[in-house]
Parts: sequence; C-alpha cells; structure tokens
Amino acid sequence: MAMATVTQPDIQSANLSNDEVLRYSRHLIMPEVGMEGQLRLKAARVLCIGAGGLGSPLALYLAAAGVGTLGVVDFDVVDYTNLQRQVIHTTADVGRKKLASAAEKVKAINPFIQLQPFETRLTSENALQIFRDFDIIVDGTDNFPTRYLVNDACVLSGKPNVYGSIFRFEGQVSVFATKEGPCYRCLYPEPPPPGLVPSCAEGGVLGILPGLVGVMQATEAIKLILGKGEPLVGRLLLVDALGMRFRELKLRKNPDCPACGQHPTVTKLIDYNEFCGIRGEEKAVASNVPEIQPEELKARLDAGEDIFILDVREPHEYQICNLQGYLIPLGELPKRASELDSSREIVAHCRSGVRSAKAVSFLQQAGFRKVKNLAGGILAWSDKVDPSVPKY
Amino acid sequence: MKIHIPTPLRQYAEKKATIEVAAGNVGDALSALTNKYPDLRRHLYTDEGKLRAFVNVYLNDEDIRYLHKESTLVKESDNLSIVPSIAGGACACCCPCRMLL
Repeated sequence: MAMATVTQPDIQSANLSNDEVLRYSRHLIMPEVGMEGQLRLKAARVLCIGAGGLGSPLALYLAAAGVGTLGVVDFDVVDYTNLQRQVIHTTADVGRKKLASAAEKVKAINPFIQLQPFETRLTSENALQIFRDFDIIVDGTDNFPTRYLVNDACVLSGKPNVYGSIFRFEGQVSVFATKEGPCYRCLYPEPPPPGLVPSCAEGGVLGILPGLVGVMQATEAIKLILGKGEPLVGRLLLVDALGMRFRELKLRKNPDCPACGQHPTVTKLIDYNEFCGIRGEEKAVASNVPEIQPEELKARLDAGEDIFILDVREPHEYQICNLQGYLIPLGELPKRASELDSSREIVAHCRSGVRSAKAVSFLQQAGFRKVKNLAGGILAWSDKVDPSVPKY
Repeated sequence: MKIHIPTPLRQYAEKKATIEVAAGNVGDALSALTNKYPDLRRHLYTDEGKLRAFVNVYLNDEDIRYLHKESTLVKESDNLSIVPSIAGGACACCCPCRMLL
C-alpha cells in the first residue's frame, strides 16, 4: 500500500515547551510518534467540515492529540436533538452557535493549539479559499451536495479527504483524493436521484455511531500527518454497529472518474444543490397545496365537524406522539389510498408538514378534492394548540 | 450465495440483512433478488435496466465493475454486497416521498 501524500509540515521551526512535553508525554514515549511525530502534529493544519455528530469527536481528539492548527467550518446552532450524539455540545449550549460552543471545548482541552473558526456554510464560492491554508480535510457533513463539494474541492486542491458517513447503525470510512488513491467520485460518480435513498424521517442515527466513525476519521487524519501505518486509501471500511462487524472493500482509482480520472470533466466547483437535484422543491410543494392552520383545525374539531385526520408518518413516529389520526405512511399511500373516503374532508399531517404536503399533492392527483395539509405538522400543533404533545 | 442488503434498502426486502439466492453469475443473483423483492428493482436498476451509478455491487471485496460486471461468475460460498451512498440522518435531497410526485 502506497503511503498517502500529505504536504510535509514545516517541523523545523516547531518546538515543544516543557508544558507541551508533559502534556504529550504518552505520545513522545512511543516510537511511532516520538518528538518528530509530535512536532509534525503541531505543524499540521487540519480542517473539519462540520461541528456536529462526526465533527464532535474529530475536533475533541484532534485537539487533544496536539494538531497545531484546527479549522472548523459550521454555521449551525445547537438544538436539543443534537445532544444525543454531538458530544462537544452540552445542554447549556442549546441555542448557541455550534462553532462558539466547539471552540470553547477545544480550547479548554488544549490551549496550545490554534483554532480557526469559519462561521459559514461551505460553498462552491468559498471552499477552495478556505481549504488553501490546510493540509488535510476531514468531511463531517451530513448531506450529499456538501460531500461532492468537499470531494471535488479536495481533488482540485490536491488535499486528502478523510471521509466518514453514517446512517442509522451503519458507517463508511475511507481516505479519498490522495495523489495515488481514488476519490469519492471513483466510488460514486453521481448522487442518488431525489427519492431513492431514505429520508430524514426514515433516517435517524444511533447516537454512538458518529463517535465510532468520527474517531476512525481522526485516527486516519493523525496517521496521514505522522506518515505511519496503512491509511484507508483505496479501501472502504464498512461498519455495522448492530452486528459489530467491520468489512473492507477494495476501491480503485477509476481512470474515467469525472473528478480525478485521466480526462476530468470537473475542472471547477459547480452548483452542488442542482447536481443533487435540490432546487427548493420542498417549499414549492408545501406552498402549492391547500393548508389548514392548527388553530383552525382545533376549532373545527371542537365544533364537532366531520374531519378525517390522516397521519402519513411512520409507525414508530406515531408511538412518540399522535393526533389520533389514521396512519398510512407516505410510502404506502399509493397502494393504500383506497382506504380513504374521498367524499369526506381529509386533513393530512406529518411531523413538520413536508411529507403531508406531498401526500396532499398525491391525493389531489388521485382525484381527492377535499384534502388539506396541516401547516407545520405536529410540531406546529404542539406550539400553537397543545403543548402537551412532545416535539421530536 | 449470500447477498448483503444495506440498511437503507432493507425496508424493501422484508427488513432482512442478508438473502440467500442460487445463481451462476452476478446478474442472475441480482435478478433472483429483485424477483423475490420487486420493490428493490427501481432502487438498483434504471428504467433502461442498467445498474444505477450510485449503487455499487461488490463480489466479496471487489467491485464488479473491475471484474466482468454482471456476467462475473459466482460460487455458492461467495458474498455479494450492495453498497449505496449514505449521508447522515438529515438529507433533503433523498426523501422517498418524492417518488410520488
């Protein structure tokens, strides 16, 4: 296995203070790191994309290990649903910028490192500029457009992409875009078209999984810096946390790869939302179907009107909370629409109103005339009508 | 032979993680799978009947694109893995409900 090529950090000018020697002593006394390795770590510049599930263990461990310059790109705010897995943030951080929260923890763990915060969404316009001052990019993002953006920007700037991805209890880890190795597009030349991969609603993730995968990414980043061991170049590690099985697949550099092949067609960064088929469709659908506000629905139900409540969420979501609606998960609606009475007034709802807007649109096309979407879904119902309904 | 079904596609295969099929080559194995679970077909194949670009199929640890693709011969002891791209829990571009529209 060829070693990955990483820009050689300037370790000549670096040295460790007595406090740093003590702090890193367990590294210094092992031959694989030693003083030279620790100076390499100190001189290294690693950029983490995202301070969420994968970014939490990444930032914590890379900082603790003494990676001298740690960049973090994030624009998001901590919310309660993050706390189950994003261990860099605490309950007291809810509502704060993730970047501020992460910076505070990183500094508390290791005041000797330089943290470079980028409070922005990574875009085609800013990616190459941000990547310029780093040696290794670690991808901790959670969506396809940013994954392709990170990959292409790594290929174009010649920097390794330490990749990790999670879904429920399954993970993938690899090191892409080294000089000798394949890139993400060698593995997946194009994204799944909208609709063919399960959604956020059906997604979810086991809280410990980003910890497991993020720590593996951090391990790979540190190996690249040290120039030790066998990096996951040309190998895709599959992690099944439920079975606790690890499998490894061979990845080859595709000579026809649009990004890193012999005749690349990706010569500059593109519009990755468009590439992945996202064009604000969600909102367009939601605003095109007839809606009913939660307060109006409540008033009409209280008045005893005959309204059929259709819940298009999944059964496990129904168990969390429900409005005693009739449950037909959106994916089953085409097959089960005959269970509905088109002569009755129907109000469809889901968690936030997006899936049910699609259900309403589908039912309209199927000939239903008296069907409306509950605006804002069960979340809005909880906010505006009945706070005893939990939000999730 | 054994076919490994990844988490996102298990919902179309009675939630099973692995399926045993009898087949002589990769194409036959995938046909046997999609005949048993027809809902899987559109996730693996395009309307023109070609394997989708974002679904990778591995025979043991090797990508079939670098073997003989779907004509690659298989043995009973072989493992076939379907490896789709995954990206976190929150992904706006991959909602299954879009299939309805």
